[in-house]
Amino acid sequence: MQKKVAITGMGIISSIGLSVEENFQSLISKKSGISDLENFQTRHALEIKVGEIKITNQELQQLLNLPEENTFTRTGLLGAYAAKKAVESAGIDDINEVRTGLISSTSVAGMDFTEKHYKKYEEHPEYQKYIQSHDAGDSSNKIANYLGLKGFVTTISTACSSAANAIMLGASMIENGYLDRVIVGGTDALSKFTINGFKTLMILSDIYNTPFDNDRKGLNLGEAAAYLVLESNEVIKKSNKKVLAYVAGYGNANDAFHQTASSENGEGAYLAMKQAFEKATILPDQIDYINVHGTATPNNDLSEGRAMSRIFNKVPKFSSTKAFTGHTLAAAAAIEAVYSVLALQNNTIFPNLNFKTPMEELNIVPETEVVQKEIKHVLSNSFGFGGNCSTLIFSKS
Amino acid sequence: MYAISKFINISQHVVCENGKQIFHNQEDTFAAFMKNVYKSLNISYPKFYKMDDLCKLAFIASELLLQNVTEKDIALLFSNNEASLDTDLKHQQSIQNLEDYYPSPAVFVYTLPNITIGEVSIRHQLKSESAFFVAEKYQTEYLHKYAEYLLKTNKAQKVLCGWIHFLEGNYKADFYLVEKIGILEHSKEHINDIIK
Amino acid sequence: MDALKQELKERIVNALNLEDISTEDIQDNDPLFGDGLGLDSIDALELIVLLDKEYGIKLADPKLGKEIFQSVETMAQYVAANRTK
Repeated sequence: MQKKVAITGMGIISSIGLSVEENFQSLISKKSGISDLENFQTRHALEIKVGEIKITNQELQQLLNLPEENTFTRTGLLGAYAAKKAVESAGIDDINEVRTGLISSTSVAGMDFTEKHYKKYEEHPEYQKYIQSHDAGDSSNKIANYLGLKGFVTTISTACSSAANAIMLGASMIENGYLDRVIVGGTDALSKFTINGFKTLMILSDIYNTPFDNDRKGLNLGEAAAYLVLESNEVIKKSNKKVLAYVAGYGNANDAFHQTASSENGEGAYLAMKQAFEKATILPDQIDYINVHGTATPNNDLSEGRAMSRIFNKVPKFSSTKAFTGHTLAAAAAIEAVYSVLALQNNTIFPNLNFKTPMEELNIVPETEVVQKEIKHVLSNSFGFGGNCSTLIFSKS
Repeated sequence: MYAISKFINISQHVVCENGKQIFHNQEDTFAAFMKNVYKSLNISYPKFYKMDDLCKLAFIASELLLQNVTEKDIALLFSNNEASLDTDLKHQQSIQNLEDYYPSPAVFVYTLPNITIGEVSIRHQLKSESAFFVAEKYQTEYLHKYAEYLLKTNKAQKVLCGWIHFLEGNYKADFYLVEKIGILEHSKEHINDIIK
Repeated sequence: MDALKQELKERIVNALNLEDISTEDIQDNDPLFGDGLGLDSIDALELIVLLDKEYGIKLADPKLGKEIFQSVETMAQYVAANRTK
């Protein structure tokens, strides 16, 4: 009997919307969230485009009803916002009524505030309260506290595949009976730290990112947070809850090639997808849509394209939604999980914006329009620095 | 029933294998200590010198643990409580001074804790499942279950678990290998003994 | 030019953490990448930063690096022709 884990709720905040519905509307109306950086200063502001959420930290605190005196950084604010939306959408009143956990992920953590404030610590000790918010685990604890969650909490930090691993591990904890319910996902805010770092790796584009395009120049960084609520079959039966979709399969493998670049034939990606098929017990030709990692760097898209060509006889319709949101790092796999569920619910494939010229090395091109098609299974890829490659397969409920 | 076949502890310039001291070197610096352990291993892996301190520590601990291990299907589960903070500080410093503004790509590459996993994977060509967890203390209960789950479901033949800490000169590496046969039962008590 | 080449060798060894390699080991025309010193893509980016930091040369396209960083000889030629510091 095929094991699948039910998704009963989702919450998201990204540069294309403050709710699941808003994100969906932006996707089907081809409305990208990439723009110039406005929320803070950096010397690179004129040379980059970002997927920035046009809401200030002050506004986020108000939306969350936080007391004036709090130590949330932007990463925590975005995370708490999205996690709360997810829990609400799952119709949960008492979050501790069953064994519930939180598996969150982040790469920026509290760095967004540390870089702003740490020079002031001596002269202005009132900023020292943010020192404790720096750690990756702090945002997860803050989110758990905000939700009133008393159960298991952990934080995954595997770069751009983090949230996929959170979803994967959450699903396996439910399948193995360790938890009845788990909130899984990730959050990352924009920061000078990451902008400068990616700039020095020379993989940022100064124009709108063009995934899978022959002339792609690099990625646009973005910020976002998204969480899914996963629940066991027992809990679903008792509560008669609506299931949005299923986590049907997942796989994680290491590319074992380079700290930040992907191997030429996409070995890690290939192995991750292969494992996901095995776990889901479905065949590649049953996939109706792939939400690719598609960061628009010369390296990733070629590596991923090759891996896809290796594992699929006929590569299904695919697109990268990073042209809408930018690359949201640890949150990427989570927001793309939400988009995968939306694709299943609405039988819709979202377009790969900004695409013009097919890649010379590949025989495949992404979908550039919104496509209506029956969708039963969606595959979502997320590949992180450190060779950490993850694939998720979602199925219709 | 699974077992721990080997464990390595590195701290205060002492390396212990299965609880017995196998190397110690009171050089002043961490870098010199690591270099000496590296040289004692008689391997040729010049990329070692480019790694940041956290990765060097993970590399050495894993190298010792995986000596004479030919199996390639080894899952890697690393964790700590500070992620890549030591290198984060270096990167942050390089973008502080507007007059001397030269962030280094080689430094930035290490501002993620899971690069430790990447480096070990590249060295031993391990294409297995891996994850890096950030938590205040080692999550023994969870990692015990996760390691057994990977073995039970054949997702891996062995699991290399480790607590890997490096921050401003303070460091500690406690690594252990879980598999079918070994010298100690893979129990929470034994894990807590190893990750003191 | 000889002084520049020597300086480049020293800077390369330092910037790229090439332990166990001395400047005497690097010949002017030895390939730096591939089989030569075995440098990789991150090293190439570090050399781009080095050009900027020490010689005031800003390289916008990383792909140009391939030609310039073929050897110490090609690097020295490029630096001599384009340095602003």
